[in-house]
This record gives sequence, C-alpha cells and structure tokens, in this order.
Amino acid sequence: MVKEAEVREPLILGKDVTYHKITEEVCAPVEGRANKLWWFIFTMSLLLGLWGLGSITYTIGRGIGVWGLNTTVGWAWDITNFVWWVGIGHAGTLISAVLLLFRQKWRMAINRAAEAMTIFAVMMAALFPGIHMGRIWMSYWVLPIPNQFGSLWVNFNSPLLWDVFAISTYFSVSLVFWYIGLIPDFATIRDRATGPIAKKIYSILSFGWTGNAKAWIRFEEVSLVLAGLATPLVFSVHSIVSMDFATSVIPGWHTTIFPPYFVAGAIFSGFAMVQTLLLIARKVLNFERYITIQHIELMNVVIVVTGSMVGTAYLSELFISWYSGVEYESYAFLNRATGPYAWSYWMMMTCNVITPQFFWFRKLRRSLTVSFILSIFVNIGMWFERFVIIVTSLHRDYIPSNWSWFHPTWVDIGVFIGTIGLFFTLFLLFTRFFPVLALNELKSILKGSGESYRDGNKPEKENEELAA
Amino acid sequence: MDQFTFTDKSKKLFIGLIAVGVIATLYGIFSGQGARTWTSAMISGWFFFGIALAAVFFIGVNNAAQAAWGVVLKRVFEGVSMFMPYGTLLLLIVFLGATFHWNHIYHWMDKSLYDPSSSHYDAIIAGKEPYLNLPFWWIRAILLLGVWNLFTFLFRKRSLVEDQEGKTSKWFKKNLTLAAIFLVFFGYTIHIGSWDWIMSVDTHWFSTLFGWYIFSGIWVSGIVMVLLITIFLKKNGYLKEVNDSHIHDMGKWVFAISFLWTYLWFSQFMLIWYSDIPEEVTYFLVRLEDYGLTFWGMVLINFIFPMILLMSKDMKRNAGVLTFVGVIILFGHWMDSYFLFTPGVMKDQGVIGLVEIGMMLGYLGLFLFVVFNQLTKAPLVVKKHALLEESLHHHIN
Repeated sequence: MVKEAEVREPLILGKDVTYHKITEEVCAPVEGRANKLWWFIFTMSLLLGLWGLGSITYTIGRGIGVWGLNTTVGWAWDITNFVWWVGIGHAGTLISAVLLLFRQKWRMAINRAAEAMTIFAVMMAALFPGIHMGRIWMSYWVLPIPNQFGSLWVNFNSPLLWDVFAISTYFSVSLVFWYIGLIPDFATIRDRATGPIAKKIYSILSFGWTGNAKAWIRFEEVSLVLAGLATPLVFSVHSIVSMDFATSVIPGWHTTIFPPYFVAGAIFSGFAMVQTLLLIARKVLNFERYITIQHIELMNVVIVVTGSMVGTAYLSELFISWYSGVEYESYAFLNRATGPYAWSYWMMMTCNVITPQFFWFRKLRRSLTVSFILSIFVNIGMWFERFVIIVTSLHRDYIPSNWSWFHPTWVDIGVFIGTIGLFFTLFLLFTRFFPVLALNELKSILKGSGESYRDGNKPEKENEELAA
Repeated sequence: MDQFTFTDKSKKLFIGLIAVGVIATLYGIFSGQGARTWTSAMISGWFFFGIALAAVFFIGVNNAAQAAWGVVLKRVFEGVSMFMPYGTLLLLIVFLGATFHWNHIYHWMDKSLYDPSSSHYDAIIAGKEPYLNLPFWWIRAILLLGVWNLFTFLFRKRSLVEDQEGKTSKWFKKNLTLAAIFLVFFGYTIHIGSWDWIMSVDTHWFSTLFGWYIFSGIWVSGIVMVLLITIFLKKNGYLKEVNDSHIHDMGKWVFAISFLWTYLWFSQFMLIWYSDIPEEVTYFLVRLEDYGLTFWGMVLINFIFPMILLMSKDMKRNAGVLTFVGVIILFGHWMDSYFLFTPGVMKDQGVIGLVEIGMMLGYLGLFLFVVFNQLTKAPLVVKKHALLEESLHHHIN
C-alpha cells in the first residue's frame, strides 16, 4: 500500500484505534440501551408523525378541499413538500454512488446514514402525490395496467407518469444499494449478539454472510455495478421532477435550465440535511473520531459548490427572462422579486445564495455551530425555492380575473409537520437498530488513512489484542 | 526520456496542415464565399479555443479536488492549455471582423435594427440593446478572455516554479486557493461567453441551459484531446509514468462527460420540442428541417460511440479503441460547433465542404504545433508535487 501524501488529513482520528475498537464503537448504539434524550426526541417525533397521519386521514376523509389550493393555484403546498423531500433524498445516492466512483474515502463514514436518510426522505416524498390524488384508493391507476381493469391506460406522454417510474426506480435501487452495504455489518452484529431473538433477527438480515474472500469480491463488484446504475439515477430523478414543470408553457416553469439546476439544488439540500443529521448524530453517538471536522468541511464544500451552481442558475433565469423580450416571462420574474410573494423569493435568495457564501472561509467551514446553523438555513431556503417556483408562477394567471392567492390551512401544515415527525421517527429507529457507520468499509481505510496506522505508526494496544 | 523532442517530421506535418488551412481560407474568400469562410473560422476557432479552456478548467478541478491520479498528466494538460492565447487571437479576428462588418456572424451588430424609422427595425433585438451593444459586448469579451488567459499563465508559471523550488505543501495550498478563485470566475463567465459569442448568433432565440451545454461540450473535447496526445506520447516512448490506470481514468472521464453532454443536449432539446413555443422552437426547426441527417448524426456520434465502445473496462485501457473513439467524437464535437454557428449565419445554405474541413485541418495544425512546442519547454512529468508519489503509484482494478 502506498503511503498517503502528507498534505492529506487522516480520516479516522485517535492513535489507539484498532479494527476491534471500530467494531465496538460502531455497534455500541445497537447493543446498548437508548438514553432519555433519545426517548424524548423519539416521542416528540412520533407525536408529530401521528398528527401528520391524522391530517392525512382527515384529507382522505373530506377530500382535497380541506387544503389551501384552488383552481388557479392548483399545485401548491403538497407539491412543494414533494419536491423538497425528493431533493433531500438525493444526497444519499450521490454519496454512495458518485463518491464511490470518484474514490472518495471520506464517504465511508457518512454513506450509511445518508442512504438511510435518502430512503426515508423518498418515502415522505412519495406520500404527497399519493394523497394529492384525492381518491387514494385509486392510486394504482398510475401504473400501466391492462384496460380490463376498467380504465384507460396511463398517459405515457405525461411527465407526471415519468415521475412515477423515475421515483420508484430510484427508491428501489437506493434501497438495494443500502441493503447490500448493510449485509456484512449485520453479520458483525449477528456474531456479537447475545440475546437469542437479536441473534435470530440479525442472522436473517445478514443473509448468511460468512465474510470469506469470495463473498467480499462479489460484494465489491455488486457495489460498483450498483454505483454505475445509481449515478444516472441521481441525474434522472430530479431532472424528471423538474420536467413536471418545465414541459409546460407556464412562464417561470418553462425554462431549459431546470433539469441540471434541479439536480444541483437537490444535492445542495440533500447535503444540508445530511449535515444537520450527522452533526447531531456524531455527538450523541460518540462518532467524532469517524465523522471528523474534515468530513464536515468537505460536506460544506459540496454545499457551497452546489449552492453556487444554484446561484448561477437563479441569475441566468433572471437575466434570460429579461433578455428573451417575452413580456410574460419578464413579468413572472419581476413578480417573484417584487410581487406579493416577494418575501418568499428573498427568503430563498438569502438562505440559498447569500448565507452559504460564508463557507468560502475555512474557519467557518470547520466550525460546528456555523455548519449546523447554515445547514438549517439551506433546508429552509430550498423549501422556499420550490414554493416560489410553484406558487408565484401560478398565482397570477394570464387572465387577471383568475388571479388568486394561496394560504395553507391547518391540514396543509399538519401534513408537512407530520412528515418531518415521521422522518425523524424512522431515522431515530435506524440509529438504534442499524449500524450507523459502514463499519466494515471503515476498516478498509484504517491502515491507509487512519491516524493510528498512518506514517508507519501502530496502535499501542494492537499487540495486546493479538495476544489475547 | 522526460524531455519531449518535437521532431522535424511532426513539424512538417503540422505546417502542411496549416498550409491546407490557408489554402482553404483563400479559396473561400476568393471564390466569393466570404460568409462561409468567416463562419468556418468561428466554428474551428471556438472549437480549439474551447479545448484549451477546458484544459485550464480541468487543471483547476484537479487542484481543487486534491486529486492525485492526474498529477502525472498535468504537463499534457498544461501544454494543451497554452494554446489559449492563440485561440484568443483567432476569436478576436472574427470579433473584429464582425465589428467592422466584414462578416455578418452577429446579426445584432447591424445598426439599422435599432432604428424605429428603418424598414429593418426589429423590436425584439432593439429591446436587447442594453446588453447587446458593441461597447459593453467588447468590455465583456476582453474581461473574459483576459482573465482566462491570466489564469492559464498563472497555473503554468506556478507549475514550473514548483519544479525548481520544491516546497510542495506550500504550492499545494496556494494552488488550491487559485483554483477555487478560477473555478468561481469560470463558473459564472462561461455562461456569459456562451451567450455573447454563440447564443447571440441566433439573436432572437434564448435558452437558460445554453451555457451549461456549451461548457459540457468543450469539456469532452478537451479531455479527448489530452487523452489522444497522451496516447501519442506514450506510443513514442514518453510518459512511462502513465500506466493503464491513468489511461483508464481518462477513459472514464470521456465516457462520463459524453453522458453529461448528451444529458444537457437532450434536456434543452426535449423541453423546447415538448413545449413547442414558437420563439424557442425555431432554433431546432432550422436545424432539423435543413440539416436533419447531419444534425441527428452529430448527436448520435457523440452519444453512441462513447457509450457503447467505452462501456467496458478493457476498452477504456485499450489505446487503439480510445484513439478510434477519440478521433470520432472529437469530430462529432467539431460538428456540434458547426451547428452552433452555421444555421444562424448561413440559414439553410450551410454545407460541410472543402472550406470547413480545410480550415479545421489548418486550425488543428496550428493547435498541435503550439501544443507540441509547449511540451518541449518543460519535463513531461512534473518533478515536484505534493501528490506526485500517490499519482506515480496510482493503481485501480
């Protein structure tokens, strides 16, 4: 193995880290008991989630009329939430697939949690178009089923249908990718489990993994193939979501920049959410030596790069709307920036374009507090971006007599807050029952990039452990 | 052999190519096809300028990403990037020609379009006057070209100084900062350049994606060019340090960025085609109705060849396959450049004939002459770099 260049910072901190220590520390949350803080947050999240489920039940019982949207603003809160959640769901696959192809070793510490977050976020996203159908019991109609079922075939020309395929493909591939990665780690937990039930369950989950060389070769091949498959998906999902808007002829929606700009925005928001979650998780679960300041910094770099891409896209859109000389186009953007919803536009601009610029400073990139606050800002900003695109483009129609407003009702708010509750509930459960770090993958970089082995060092305890 | 010798044989070949270009240009001018010749100068001028620009961009990305694998290829990237001043000159000739109305590549430079009393008055173009007017346009052009050239020289100079001076970790940090500044500037200005020099050819038309599309196009061309030169050098016994893994990585880039280009091409095309808004769809109507076969051919070449032939690992390490695919998609992207300008200037009268091909060969000759000459000026592999050891031992399965 070639020695790593001196300019590189170690990715696993601590001079006493051995393979065994990694196993111990990563398995600790699964094997130990949850503390009071965990139970408190879990209960709160669950209550919010239940409130959301109540709001959804109410929506299904009474119909879409209980929401704030109307004939002019036919898409509003729900689709905003849908796009927001799908966007957040982008980081996981980017980290697991694209960073794998780029051979970024730092991904090993964050991929598992990010992928879990992706799965949960996509689940939350899929909820919204589902309940927006109104008659949710007809939701299987989005699938191309034979005419004997009593309806016509789905409209293959519609981007909404492409979306069904795009998201379900993305969800399945992400799930498989995540699960394949989990198998060896489940096996480690299985081997260490003391309770018979836990042993049984983890034994089923680990698919009889033995950890021999052949299995590892196949594991790596499958990871690479899945990474190859998942990379185009990172692009396709949000491109197709953007086409829900961009294929239309509505000013503010129809613009060719949408596909790449939505993808950049999705990565931006996804990384911000990963940052939010991991900053808490590394503290609560004692993973500071694995998710180091350098990991935080690198994620902030991704945030500032994708944020700048989003920023150029905003400016391009604004400029071209004027340059085009098309009256409606120019008005749509003027209305965004100065109309009745201008506050949401400036909210978006501030949170997405201005505040991330602080990350150009190394000191701020490496500050935990600043990172946490700014990641929340990005989460908020990206929600407003979708709100701006959807609501402000619709609320002033071509005919002024159609002009209207959108106000969310308590049901709208309840469903949204509910998805946040459910998301956190699922994530918290994940931290108790799944290995939050990819422990076997982490071991693969310990000798090359870990502080304890790099530069010809050896952890002090290694010999004792070997002897025992 | 870490010092490259520019053989007389190569020199003669490149000068021969330049002669072909000169003859094609003269033929174009004296056969009364001025518009065609000027357009052709822009097509090839932009194409080779773009390659140099992409090389600088890639040097910047490698610095910013702290990537080790590309370190042994750095000098080849630098050599290609050093065509920048010559490319700039070639573009400036066309720009000056347009400004003095020797050519009519930029329709909006016609003053009568802005005069309400004129029969040529065009309300839409007149509305763009605050942006599309000669002084402001020239200020932008000089700013962009000047700063891009400046960064090209800075990267090159620092690389040569580092070889002499050592102090690798200092230069590593300094280059990281320089690359970050360059990438931010480039990220914004590549859009402006694309709008000013290319999109404004079809003055009425607009597309927000355009800058991204142009950017991906030069990126593929730049990487392919560097790859082809690397293969040539290796074949002639140079660059022993470059192993299969480095070549494999370059092959991956060609593969990946070809996909990116196709993705952006498709996004732009599909959204305009689907919405069918008159202001926008005219752009593709001209290209599809008057140039249908070649236009689709260009898209297919640039997508299908890299996709099928570079899918497997072995192909990405095979010099023969890479050369074959490389030459074809390089031509494919030259065709892309052809379609950026020709339909806008020549309407339905554009052809690909002696003038276009001849001038392309002439520009290629000049490009290779400059690049090979630059390659002789420094060792082919950097002597000092913080990540050199990692790069020399680069190995992937």
